[in-house]
Amino acid sequence: MPGPIPSAPGLGDPAEWPTYSVSEPVKRRALLGELQRLTAWHASACRPYRDILEKMHHGRPVAVLEDLPFLPVRLFKHEKLVSVAASEVVKTMTSSGTSGHRPSEIFLDARTASLQSKVLSRIVTDVIGPQRLPMLVIDSAAMVADRTRFSARAAGVRGFSVFGRPVEYALDDQMQLDVPLILSFAERHADQDLLVFGFTSIVWQHLVTALEASGQRLPLARGVLIHGGGWKRMEAQAVDGAHFAARLDAVTGLKRVHNYYGMVEQAGSVFMECARGRLHTSTWSEIIIRDPLDFVPLPLGQRGLIQLLSVLPHSYPGHSILSEDEGEIVGVDDCPCGRMGTTFRVFGRVQDAEIRGCSDTWSPAHTG
Amino acid sequence: MSSLSDLPLEIRVGGALTSLDVRPLPAYAPVVCDFLGELSRVLLPTPEVRTFPDLAAFAYWCRPANLSRLARESSGHRHRIGRGLVLHIAPATVPINFAFSLAFGMLAGNANVVRIPDTQFAQVPILCGHLKRLFSRPEYARVAAMNRVVSYPRSDEITSALTAHCQARVLWGGDATVNHLRKRTVPPRCIDVAFADRYSLCLLDGKAVAEATDEALEQLAQGFFNDAYLMDQNACSSPQLVVWHGEASVVDQVMLRFWPAVERLTRQKYELAPVHAVDKFTQLCRIAIGSPEAVSTQRHGNFIYRIRLRDIPSNLEAQRGQFGIFREYVSGDLAWLPKVAGIRTQTLTCFGFDRHALAQQIINQGLVGIDRVVPVGRALDMGVVWDGYDVVDTLSRIIAAD
Repeated sequence: MPGPIPSAPGLGDPAEWPTYSVSEPVKRRALLGELQRLTAWHASACRPYRDILEKMHHGRPVAVLEDLPFLPVRLFKHEKLVSVAASEVVKTMTSSGTSGHRPSEIFLDARTASLQSKVLSRIVTDVIGPQRLPMLVIDSAAMVADRTRFSARAAGVRGFSVFGRPVEYALDDQMQLDVPLILSFAERHADQDLLVFGFTSIVWQHLVTALEASGQRLPLARGVLIHGGGWKRMEAQAVDGAHFAARLDAVTGLKRVHNYYGMVEQAGSVFMECARGRLHTSTWSEIIIRDPLDFVPLPLGQRGLIQLLSVLPHSYPGHSILSEDEGEIVGVDDCPCGRMGTTFRVFGRVQDAEIRGCSDTWSPAHTG
Repeated sequence: MSSLSDLPLEIRVGGALTSLDVRPLPAYAPVVCDFLGELSRVLLPTPEVRTFPDLAAFAYWCRPANLSRLARESSGHRHRIGRGLVLHIAPATVPINFAFSLAFGMLAGNANVVRIPDTQFAQVPILCGHLKRLFSRPEYARVAAMNRVVSYPRSDEITSALTAHCQARVLWGGDATVNHLRKRTVPPRCIDVAFADRYSLCLLDGKAVAEATDEALEQLAQGFFNDAYLMDQNACSSPQLVVWHGEASVVDQVMLRFWPAVERLTRQKYELAPVHAVDKFTQLCRIAIGSPEAVSTQRHGNFIYRIRLRDIPSNLEAQRGQFGIFREYVSGDLAWLPKVAGIRTQTLTCFGFDRHALAQQIINQGLVGIDRVVPVGRALDMGVVWDGYDVVDTLSRIIAAD
């Protein structure tokens, strides 16, 4: 079923959807139509996906978003899931592989890759404005340039670098702050906002705590920080969003902080934190929270596993994915920032748990 | 032979290794049976026994009545004596097996060195505490002199050094561990009792389950729950496959009676960690993709996943579940038995069958697998006859004087 995307009720071609201004009832109808179409498309084009639907879902009717089948995110590490011919794949994304686990392989065709860029652009420009900004990456150029080892960090930096002009790197090859470079950068662009970008734990360790240790301050008051990658490495120090922002402000004067959540397994899923501290679903994506004991959808305010929906994945069946992260829905169409849609909070990865049994092998830690 | 005194290991129970008395005793020696009976007596009333069902099971197994029965049933040779010193390598994930292994070694008349696993289990120090207290009693001086419980990080050097002094080893932990422990030299007269990877199943007679009273059904569901879920379905005796015996029309109905009863119990009693629910769901998707003999699946929340098989696959023993994933197969006869009774198959739990008749079928058909045919609910019951070995008999030797 390739060909032009039929218009969803009321919203038209997904490539033209507004980023955050669609109310939930309208959005749900539009998403349901698109996601049903995608489910049928992937069932016809991807044999493993069809096997799952036939053997596990038995043709159950889909009346609401919550009825849609979903795949566990880890499945992409074990199985090759693709719905187009190899010749149509223009980009393969991989998640970080951990010892004993293959990385996920996500196959993008031209259409999916193009939609992904477009959606990311709409979401980021919503934060930084329509123009590219001078961009300071809190990482080292060497890390990004090394294409021999895959890194989620490098991929993130490359993906977001399209929004910067110029793009400079705040850390040297030894991951130390290049203070002269940063001061020169800030001075050269003193009349503009600055885009600051980095992995959460890198920003924390190599910018915030490094500055605290050295006693220096950097003039980044015009900075807008976009950061992602998870708080896991900082859990031991009990750092949460508010704490992070306060400590960052103290050493840089930077007050506009936007965490983002997403995963390489689902194109189009970039959930940006607004100025009011909530993660937002864009018009192209939705979140459902499910009870881990039986996957029943949970209402607002109840903690469970995060399921992500996105209308972007055409070349692989990644439009409905159950993550291994826990979260809760904060509100719908009611964020004080004015953007519509579901807002939510991410608590972090599900905890590892012991397994009992006879033989000596342990479940490997569920990371990456 | 390297000296035992230099080995960098921690003695958890007993004196130095150099003071080990390795002179064997007769099998089922009175001082050993008294010791284990006393251990049972002091353990059973403790509050810990209520917290840890496996500790309770061990304490109960060591009671004098059971040991007398075992002594009576033991193979009738007149002159049975321990082999000497036995090294036990306990499994990493089953807290109480080190104690059973030690008891088997002791009952056979041996001196024993038991290596406990690296993992921290609460049951281990509890039991070691009781052993230490009993060792200090003068009437058990001989037992104390003959036995040690030790710990050391996995080390081929230490294990080999201990092995060099042994006449037997008891190796738990599955194929990989057993293969590893067999790589280094073992003295020619040292025997290994090896517990390798095993596969187990449950056989239910459709008509018997259909006709069971509500009470009997509840007991059956409880027994199945214990067999499958107490060890996260990871024990070698945990059922991986449920075979229904009967006509499709009867069996389809009776499944609707059995599984909801098991589901109720899992919801009440089984703690399913979110990460394990995700693991199960991932496993189920992989099975849907990769198993042609899997026809359809059914989920009872995330507590029970069932996979209906069209045939018994040739790689059945590799098809295992964790935390409650069961293959399910329906048959009007026992023609599937040879396909299931491979060398890896250990336990067949059953309901509605004559167990001795089944055991006889296995013998008649000359099958290499199935070492235990036990009622549903008894899969995890440890005993001296395990994996087809009479462990006490195997760890002792017979002096032929005829």
